Amino acid sequence: MPSQKQLMKGAEAIAEAAIRAGCRHFFGYPITPQNEIPEYMSKRLPEVGGVYLQAESEVASINMIFGGASTGARVLTSSSSPGVSLMSEGASYLVGAELPAVIVNIMRGGPGLGDIAPSQSDWSMMTKGWGHGDKRYISLCPATVQEAVDMMSLAFDLAEKYRNPVVLLGDGLLGQMMEPVIFPALSEIAPEQSWAARGKLATRPRVIVRSLYLDPAELERHVDHLYDKFARMEREEPRAETWMCDDEPPVLVCAFGTVARIAKTAIGKLRGEGLRVGLWRPMTAWPFPVESLQKAAATSDRLLSIEMNKGQMVEDIRAVIGHDKPVGFWGRSGGMVPTVDEMMNAIRGQFANA
Amino acid sequence: MTETLAFGRTPLLTHNYMHYCPGCTHGVAHRLVAEVIDEMGIQDRTIGVSPVGCAVLAYNYIDVDFIEAAHGRAPAAATGLRRTLPPDRYIFAYQGDGDLASIGMAEIVHAANRGEKLTIIFVNNAIYGMTGGQMAPTTLPGMKTTTSPGGRDVAQTGHPIRVCELLDTLVAPVFIARGSLSSAKNTIKAKKLLRQAFDLQHQGFTFVELLSTCPTGWGLSPTDSLAWLDRNMLPFFPTKTFREPGAMPEHTAAYHPDLKVRD
Repeated sequence: MPSQKQLMKGAEAIAEAAIRAGCRHFFGYPITPQNEIPEYMSKRLPEVGGVYLQAESEVASINMIFGGASTGARVLTSSSSPGVSLMSEGASYLVGAELPAVIVNIMRGGPGLGDIAPSQSDWSMMTKGWGHGDKRYISLCPATVQEAVDMMSLAFDLAEKYRNPVVLLGDGLLGQMMEPVIFPALSEIAPEQSWAARGKLATRPRVIVRSLYLDPAELERHVDHLYDKFARMEREEPRAETWMCDDEPPVLVCAFGTVARIAKTAIGKLRGEGLRVGLWRPMTAWPFPVESLQKAAATSDRLLSIEMNKGQMVEDIRAVIGHDKPVGFWGRSGGMVPTVDEMMNAIRGQFANA
Repeated sequence: MTETLAFGRTPLLTHNYMHYCPGCTHGVAHRLVAEVIDEMGIQDRTIGVSPVGCAVLAYNYIDVDFIEAAHGRAPAAATGLRRTLPPDRYIFAYQGDGDLASIGMAEIVHAANRGEKLTIIFVNNAIYGMTGGQMAPTTLPGMKTTTSPGGRDVAQTGHPIRVCELLDTLVAPVFIARGSLSSAKNTIKAKKLLRQAFDLQHQGFTFVELLSTCPTGWGLSPTDSLAWLDRNMLPFFPTKTFREPGAMPEHTAAYHPDLKVRD
């Protein structure tokens, strides 16, 4: 039933989308607010001949992902902020060993144990700080359940294209909301053979999946090679949406994920009041869509970044815009979801500042 | 006059120069693993997992496909291999005592408890070798290391962990044994344990501990190290087969509780 629309919870839709994209192996550890993903996988994967395995920890999950990815299989894990912190070492190993894998982070409030409410406070971790060493991860930021579904097959394709882990970065709202979605047809993907450790073949040299390069000159060459890939990602993979910007509005709101949806409602109402506001929404946290932002910002007087954190994406925006024009920030943290009314007030403030 | 070859190079060992210290038993352990794989004719179906520690470079010497795991995570990485590869593959992880019994204790216990169809080779030399001779979870009471300069104080740091005995409390494993590499005779016995483990691997979790030496870390000559192992490690770490099919302990009997929840 590839084209039939069905109503589904975000987390379950993400899980089903992974299976449709050819993922048959899931390793994970329970954590709120994303438990519907492993629960769905534990029931659904055996139906399609796949394997669901509950790991003893997120540390074990990401290392099971490492082993599974080493065989060329499409492997998935999902977690939420504290669990994703625990996976950071393994993620760095995946980059170093050039292994494709998809990691879903349904963000919750932090720091520490924080809470289980929706948050966007892992932006900096995923774009800059996840794990040790010189590394990058493509991070996809869906705003709707349908977009999350579409981005799941893209995530696996990109992971294999670059042989690098890819992150699907959502929040508790996206995981819990129910929306109508259309899934692609179920696909079977044959595991990669050329670089995968599946047993020594006569047709190729022995495979050693590793991230250790004891000779500094050799490691530098390896990291240079990784950065060649990252540079290509920066050229080819930035994705962004520009909305209500045709009339060159003086105020440009910047928001990602579910916050961008709330922002659209707020902007629509402000437009009704006659205030000209536009929206710029990155769909990739990294690579950050620099050119798209520059283009959208070119005709505006000031920018306002709205986030469910204390101001993380705004640092990337300021790095692009520099001192050319004011870049403001407004947000809620701790798992508080901004209301349309308070967001409208924050945006009105930009006109008061003008 | 004909010449008879008494001992040849193990076919599955590469020609790479081994980085191990003189007298270290890693080389012997590698050879045994390579011989078992060769004798079983499974080179093309075997994938190894190397640890973090002295044996991280095991893939330089044993000529099969390999992956290199993060510190302590070899059983989890091996689980990832097992759950994605065709069932005819043989998968082994090779770990030291710091890797397996300290940072990786959760992963080894849970892989064993799940009955993952793996062979884990546990090289126990009672010390961290790669990092320069620090105290390990298997360091003996009173034993001097660079981080227990006055000797391991059990009042502060506890007693050495007996991993075989600990894993033997679990239901799932099908083979658990401890051997020693302290003499030619013991080494021959140890090889038989490895062969048993590989033979049984497709039935469930198999585990072989090999008591080993670290002459550099211990500050002893290679021959003194072998004698030290026999004298000091064997009394605390007895060499025996703890678990094998046909000799399963009482606590491994099938258990069917009559609990109905969420029905």
